[in-house]
Amino acid sequence: MQITSQTFKANTVKALADIDLQRALGNVEKGFIGKRQKAVDKLPEFDALRDNAVAIKTHTLKHLDLYIEAYIAKVEASGGKVHFAEDADHARRIFLDIAKKRGAKTVTKGKTMISEEIGLNDFLEENGMVPVETDLGEYIIQLRGEHPSHIIAPAVHINRDQVEADFRRVHVDLDPERDLTAPETLLAEARGILRQRYGEADIGVTGANFLIAETGTSVIVTNEGNGDLTQLLGKCHVVLASIEKMVPTLNDASQILRVLARSATGQEASVYTTFSTGPKREADPDGPEEYHVILLDNGRSNMLGTEFEEMLRCIRCGACMNHCPVYHAVGGHSYGWVYPGPMGAVLTPSLIGVDKAGNLPNASTFCGRCESVCPMRIPLPKMMRHWREKEFESHLQPKAARTGLGLWAYFAKRPKLYRLAVSFAMPALKLIAGPKRRFRSLPLAGGWTKWRDLPAPEGRTFMQAYTQSKGVSR
Amino acid sequence: MSGSTKDAVLSRIRRANGARPNDEERQRAVEARLQGRPLGVVPARGQLPSAERVALFVVMAEAANATVAQIGSMAELPGEVARYLRERNLPATLKMGADRRLSEADFSATAIEVTQGASEGDDLNSLSHAEAGIAETGTLVLTSGPDNPTSLNFLPENHIVVIQADTIEGAMEAVFERLRERHGGTLPRTVNTITGPSRSADIEQTLLLGAHGPKALHIVVLDRTAAPMQ
Ligand code: SF4
Repeated sequence: MQITSQTFKANTVKALADIDLQRALGNVEKGFIGKRQKAVDKLPEFDALRDNAVAIKTHTLKHLDLYIEAYIAKVEASGGKVHFAEDADHARRIFLDIAKKRGAKTVTKGKTMISEEIGLNDFLEENGMVPVETDLGEYIIQLRGEHPSHIIAPAVHINRDQVEADFRRVHVDLDPERDLTAPETLLAEARGILRQRYGEADIGVTGANFLIAETGTSVIVTNEGNGDLTQLLGKCHVVLASIEKMVPTLNDASQILRVLARSATGQEASVYTTFSTGPKREADPDGPEEYHVILLDNGRSNMLGTEFEEMLRCIRCGACMNHCPVYHAVGGHSYGWVYPGPMGAVLTPSLIGVDKAGNLPNASTFCGRCESVCPMRIPLPKMMRHWREKEFESHLQPKAARTGLGLWAYFAKRPKLYRLAVSFAMPALKLIAGPKRRFRSLPLAGGWTKWRDLPAPEGRTFMQAYTQSKGVSR
Repeated sequence: MSGSTKDAVLSRIRRANGARPNDEERQRAVEARLQGRPLGVVPARGQLPSAERVALFVVMAEAANATVAQIGSMAELPGEVARYLRERNLPATLKMGADRRLSEADFSATAIEVTQGASEGDDLNSLSHAEAGIAETGTLVLTSGPDNPTSLNFLPENHIVVIQADTIEGAMEAVFERLRERHGGTLPRTVNTITGPSRSADIEQTLLLGAHGPKALHIVVLDRTAAPMQ
């Protein structure tokens, strides 16, 4: 995919003016924040589990070489194969090799962010294969020729009406008069169409939430069941995973699973947590004949031992973006590559270079909510600051930032953008301000609140009230 | 080939972690964890005595949109399945694997047409036997193989699962201990943990039940110590 992280600021201007996107983005706060809090409140041990999850990952990273070796031995003992990929291009070539040996034509896919990272779909098409995304959200964005805008809710930037329009445009064999008003009918239509595809697949691709050294197992965590059908009905199961997905034991995975489900979707447990070890066994009536794991580094081993090492604890739950006022206002595509939100702002420069992603670490109000909800206690704001320092040192920043004005100045000089950003952040700002309704630090206005408290917004902003009273639409 | 990449990646990791060649201390730490498998923090809710586990399992499974019935012996299973299908206006068909525990149930007295084997995708209803359950989350644990083919867990629209009350553990960790005992150092091709019927919130974050997997999950708890059903 084309990287547009360099033009983050221009991307946000476009995003703020996109009415469909703004309608859909309202669902992020509505859909995630309250549910997570409820689930957390129901588990008194939540914070103790977070601490242990951090300890497990820290220990694993310190001994990662040894756990990877133990893992490989177990995968091979169960009849599977592990392939190391240095970077995206290498991973694609390994995949092509596996696909060629099988004469593969159709490739079904469960949700995998590593596939996005290595740009697998375009590559498959270039090589005469047909990739079929089977996760509902991924299926929708594949029809639209887009990329995910969220790591666990890939189509969160799209509203229901757009989905209906896309289905009518693409599913031309179906009755044009059919009623698709209810979201259930859209889901049923996608289910029906994808049902036919699973069994045709020569290869079923999934990601992995964990790789377990104890047993040589890959784990996927899903709600729809598409990942399971993908890896069950494809003749060959290929797992795309990055090296930091490793955990030592099944017990360790259980610890982290408890914080993952709650942080991601506010569930006590996801519907399907599936542990896969090797290909199908001799007596098994179903399952794949081959099992491959493509283990991707792509810059991660270089993060070890640096100030960005802690980012490798990330379990891709999405909580940081769900709670980020910048993400709420501009959506995931503004970040310009695969990983959006606070985790993307830290990870992207590590993986594709600060020259290509240097603007992203500025995509922060330093409100600290991402760090406070991150189940793996990753100090995201601190790391964004590290990147800003690095960027400053290498003089990659735009001039305004170097003169000390930073993001606030950028917004302040663009009143339309500032108005919108503040109005979308309003409900969140009220929460942060607390009962006194005063801010010590206001997102997007650090330069000001450094010196004085700002009154918290009461309902609409002045500008909203003003334009509405004049009948001017935003 | 991949071998040299492996060496390159592993040696970068070693260098970053300041490891010396044949660093015995690091090796011992890894061995100790793989052998010792520390439990970590098991929530109090996952450590209930066995008598209270079944009740929590039922509450949690229902909270995840599964339905639950209880029977006192395998002989009651055909009647319970027939009731379930009838009440939901479902056709009297059932696909199941070769699990010997399920063959104790005699479906010939019912009108249900039972077929055996993996699902090809055209079965409406399936029956499986769970290996274990998790009270903490109301979760079923099923393992792949001819006894309970994995396709029965995902392709049919209505999945009925029998679970024996005394296999309901408090937490996932105890289930893993069970699986280790049963399968030695490895696992079956697939271990499915299932909590409720499939769902998606991909359209405007509105939760819809019945995505790509079953639309309904019905759990039948076999509790031989319980009084027979009325
Ligand atoms: S950085 Fe933390 S909150 Fe964000 S996706 Fe990763 S684990 Fe989740």
